[in-house]
Amino acid sequence: MSLRHSAADPSLSEGSPEPSPVPAAGSTATLAPVLLRTRALAGERGERRLFEALDLALEAGTVTWLRGRNGRGKTTLLRLLAGLSTPAEGDVWVQGRPVAERGVQGRRLCVYIGHQNALKEDLTATESLRFLARLHGLPHDDVALLAALRQLGIAQRRHALVRTLSQGQRRRVALARLALSRSAPLWLLDEPYDALDEDGIAALNEVIGAHALAGGAVLLTSHQTLSLSTPEPRVLDLENHAPRGLLAEAAPSAQPARQPSA
Amino acid sequence: MRQVFLCVLLRDLQLAARRRVDALLPLAFFIVALSLFPLGVGPEPETLRAIAPGIVWVCALLASMLSVGLLFNADAADGSLEQLLLAPAHAVAVAAAKSAAHWLLTGLPLLLATPLVGLAFGMSGPAVLALMASLLLGTPILSLLGALGAALTLGLRSGGMLLILVVLPLATPALIFGAGAVGMVEAGLSAEGHFSLLGALLVATAAGAPWATAAALRISTE
Amino acid sequence: MNLMPDRNDPTAPRPASGWRLFWFAAPSRFYALTNRLVPLCWLVAIGFAAAGLYIGFFIAPTDAVQGDAYRIIFIHVPTAWMSMLLYLVMAFWAAIGWAFKARLASMVAESIAPTGAVFTFLALWTGALWGRPTWGTYWVWDARLTTELILLFLYLGYIALVNAIDDRRRADQAGALLAVVGSINVPIIYFSVQWWNTLHQGATISVTAAPKMASTMLTAMLLMTVACWAYAFAVVFMRTRAYILERDSHTGWVCELRQRRIER
Repeated sequence: MSLRHSAADPSLSEGSPEPSPVPAAGSTATLAPVLLRTRALAGERGERRLFEALDLALEAGTVTWLRGRNGRGKTTLLRLLAGLSTPAEGDVWVQGRPVAERGVQGRRLCVYIGHQNALKEDLTATESLRFLARLHGLPHDDVALLAALRQLGIAQRRHALVRTLSQGQRRRVALARLALSRSAPLWLLDEPYDALDEDGIAALNEVIGAHALAGGAVLLTSHQTLSLSTPEPRVLDLENHAPRGLLAEAAPSAQPARQPSA
Repeated sequence: MRQVFLCVLLRDLQLAARRRVDALLPLAFFIVALSLFPLGVGPEPETLRAIAPGIVWVCALLASMLSVGLLFNADAADGSLEQLLLAPAHAVAVAAAKSAAHWLLTGLPLLLATPLVGLAFGMSGPAVLALMASLLLGTPILSLLGALGAALTLGLRSGGMLLILVVLPLATPALIFGAGAVGMVEAGLSAEGHFSLLGALLVATAAGAPWATAAALRISTE
Repeated sequence: MNLMPDRNDPTAPRPASGWRLFWFAAPSRFYALTNRLVPLCWLVAIGFAAAGLYIGFFIAPTDAVQGDAYRIIFIHVPTAWMSMLLYLVMAFWAAIGWAFKARLASMVAESIAPTGAVFTFLALWTGALWGRPTWGTYWVWDARLTTELILLFLYLGYIALVNAIDDRRRADQAGALLAVVGSINVPIIYFSVQWWNTLHQGATISVTAAPKMASTMLTAMLLMTVACWAYAFAVVFMRTRAYILERDSHTGWVCELRQRRIER
């Protein structure tokens, strides 16, 4: 089902047989601006096609939960949208411009935090965050860094070497960059809740919620059900876009109704 | 662009400062490898003086190539490389910063160790100066080419040896002009031609290699 | 030869007005075309080689200075030329494959590499055999031979890199980059090695200067050159065909081919 419904719709999940309305060429007045759009996107890993015919529109103020079993291509999709790899087919536009041509300014619009934390073990938490902030042109003065670390609840370990932090603590440091990235409207997060405890999850939910309410768009993956409630996350299930061969490999009971993509 | 360049360069230097022993390993290799030659060739002063420019250059080449393989591997392993490529600047800035960091951490120490080496091999004053000058121009070339090789062979199993095989043919002109310059000075002739060619090679490599390295980084992280 | 659009080959481009040139960019059509071409190339290669070697070894006059030993030049010079030219051809096709995402072009480039390396190796060997009677030793570090040696390393580097990468697309692109960088370097390397040492005999065949050789020698040389080209085409086509079958083994037309072979 197309995700170009207005924000008033309930969270979209597979299984609904409603035919999707043909979208107008431009968004109607009630729809929020589309920050990222894809058309007939297909991704592959090696020689294997993982998903195809993916039409996606991320609107401002939304949080989208990218679901799918292991190996369905969630990470591949996020990397494609971030511009790290090129798709097998189809196009991706960020704020109207194709991702491949977005140039320097275009990269400021998007934050991608991958599976790995991108932290150097020999630097302290603050130093690592400072490097990432400087690299991406974010505020990197001590005050801002401290506030960001505090928001993710890791301020008390800010002078510890990353090597001495636990997995969950490292994740918090990596995610602290989000607190500095308010000016980048589009957030692409790969397994951000990984290794986080309850407090960490709550802190992250707060940051994500605040960003969405301020007009940003977040696309994230998670294997567990999200506890985020404001805004209500939409669901994008990659099972609906798997090519037939891939579906046949799955257990028969897991076959969802194949959605017509608008 | 300059912001990203400085940011990456300073971080690499900062990381090297935290691991000082690791950072000095190329220099240690350089000295050890050089010391093997008198043991293998014999302590004849004439022979040593004659082969000195060549073997110093070859050992500098090998030391550079052995350390350049680590240039991108650590960053690729912890996900930093992806963030570097997503920075709001062309990947050229990253490639140039990495090459510069490698030179500062490997090429420069070798350069500073050269007078001692010259002494050990009985080279004359002017010859040592010529050797230092040729290494000053030549080691940046090696760092730039090495970065290209490291980006191409990123994450491959056969990494180290493959890198050397790929980069060595490309580095031979620098070796020829560099070692040749010192030979000319030792023979009492002018090395102007060699130095200007080496300089031209440096300019050409500095202009072209970071772009190729940036392309290679994109290819390797697709 | 069936030139109709291949329904079973998903990569075959559909002909449009400007697309005749890319007709054979589809692996299936390339395969069909080379079915006829490969035996033809072998025929030309063997024929011309026989003629060239006969003239070179039996008919061309003995050289005043070098005696009969110079005759190895009829193998050495063509193989040396081929080794250099094939590197540029390889780089060209690799670059095309990278720029247009044409897998077949990348496969052709990959097929050229071993042949180029073989020619380089032959050039080095025959150079050494020529050196023995002329200079008194098998190996001399002169400009041309040393450049050939470095060229061999360039080939080996390309082959090793492309072989070490499992992901075919990354291998094609990385190989293309290396080949292009290598080709830019070949003139620089050549110049630097010349600068370093000049012992080798000056070029005896050039486009601008009059040939210093007797016309029979020239004929033999040109015959051998054609033979080398034909051999290169034959072997490269054969290798590319093998790569196509290997990499497209899951497509319809290959399965059909396999069926037909089994039925035969």
